[in-house]
Amino acid sequence: MDMRTPLGKVRGLGSAKAGTEHFWVQRMSAVAMVPLAIFFIVFLIRYAGAPYEDVVRALSNPIVAVLFGMMIIAGLVHMRIGIQEIIVDYVHHEGLKFFVMMLNTFFAMLIGGLCLFAVLKIAFVG
Amino acid sequence: MVELALPKNSQMTEGKVWPKPEGAANVREYRIYRWNPDDGQNPRIDTYYIDIDDCGPMVLDGLLYIKNKIDPTLTLRRSCREGICGSCAMNIDGTNTLACTKGMDDVNGTVKVYPLPHMPVVKDLVPDLTNFYAQHRSIEPWLKTVSPAPAKEWKQSHEDRLKLDGLYECILCACCSTSCPSYWWNGDKYLGPAVLLQAYRWLIDSRDEAKGERLDNLEDPFRLYRCHTIMNCAQACPKGLNPAKAIAEIKKMMVERRI
Repeated sequence: MDMRTPLGKVRGLGSAKAGTEHFWVQRMSAVAMVPLAIFFIVFLIRYAGAPYEDVVRALSNPIVAVLFGMMIIAGLVHMRIGIQEIIVDYVHHEGLKFFVMMLNTFFAMLIGGLCLFAVLKIAFVG
Repeated sequence: MVELALPKNSQMTEGKVWPKPEGAANVREYRIYRWNPDDGQNPRIDTYYIDIDDCGPMVLDGLLYIKNKIDPTLTLRRSCREGICGSCAMNIDGTNTLACTKGMDDVNGTVKVYPLPHMPVVKDLVPDLTNFYAQHRSIEPWLKTVSPAPAKEWKQSHEDRLKLDGLYECILCACCSTSCPSYWWNGDKYLGPAVLLQAYRWLIDSRDEAKGERLDNLEDPFRLYRCHTIMNCAQACPKGLNPAKAIAEIKKMMVERRI
């Protein structure tokens, strides 16, 4: 039986003094993705159905490669925070919450590693 | 906690259909949530008919007609009957609002009345708001100062006083907080729109000297940042206030003090 006072329960472990960083980064990455996503879509339309060599040549252009890299990073940072918010909202079992939060971070890093490797490989090796 | 299905002991059953008032020319049907903690039964929906020629125009008038003339066991909170005390907050026609300011004319067909959603029920339409009040207490809703108290009063300019409009009108009826899905799922840790609007009311008060402490106390992934601008709060508020905007202003203050 829980005999703590209502105020004691509400105060709990106190404020985490965190959360603003995520809030701010989430908005910054969203703003960054507006031009990056437009560039990405224009690129896709422009090179849809183009021969393999043309696409590789375009992707190895330094500006294109850097923009692709930035989009991957901004998108994955945004995705990781977004998924974490959903986990915090809906997953209340402490053990499971830690597990899926870790999984979320690992997944974002794995996807980021693979995508950036692909961008660099095309840029430098072709 | 997320609960997509009601627990077994909360599942609704069809209740009693009470007889229509004798000799009534115009009747209105009410379907009301009933639950008695003492009889060990599941909640039920009772059906009542009120004589609208013998009753005031508001939903609360209908509920009091039922309590006075049909079924005295119907339990509800009410006090001022003019939208200033916040006692008769309940879910009417699918929206949290005050029974005393909601006209029966505004409801199409049957008037369906439930207690405020996702709160423990004490009896019938009476929710247990202990946690809600403790959360309000936790934001320390009073003027906090360090400077020596002035001889007469803490002064405030007209412009600064205007900043409290749209905030001071809140009557803490809990319509907004109990309409908020984030509050349903994390109501133990998330403070909810009503309490955050009250917190902002003190943050923006030019006379208060504890802004930083107040922000420290709120800066938390649960207490503040469970708000995802769903906006049910602004939709529900029977006083026409916008708690979502107050919460957004708190978030802006949080960002402002670090960049």
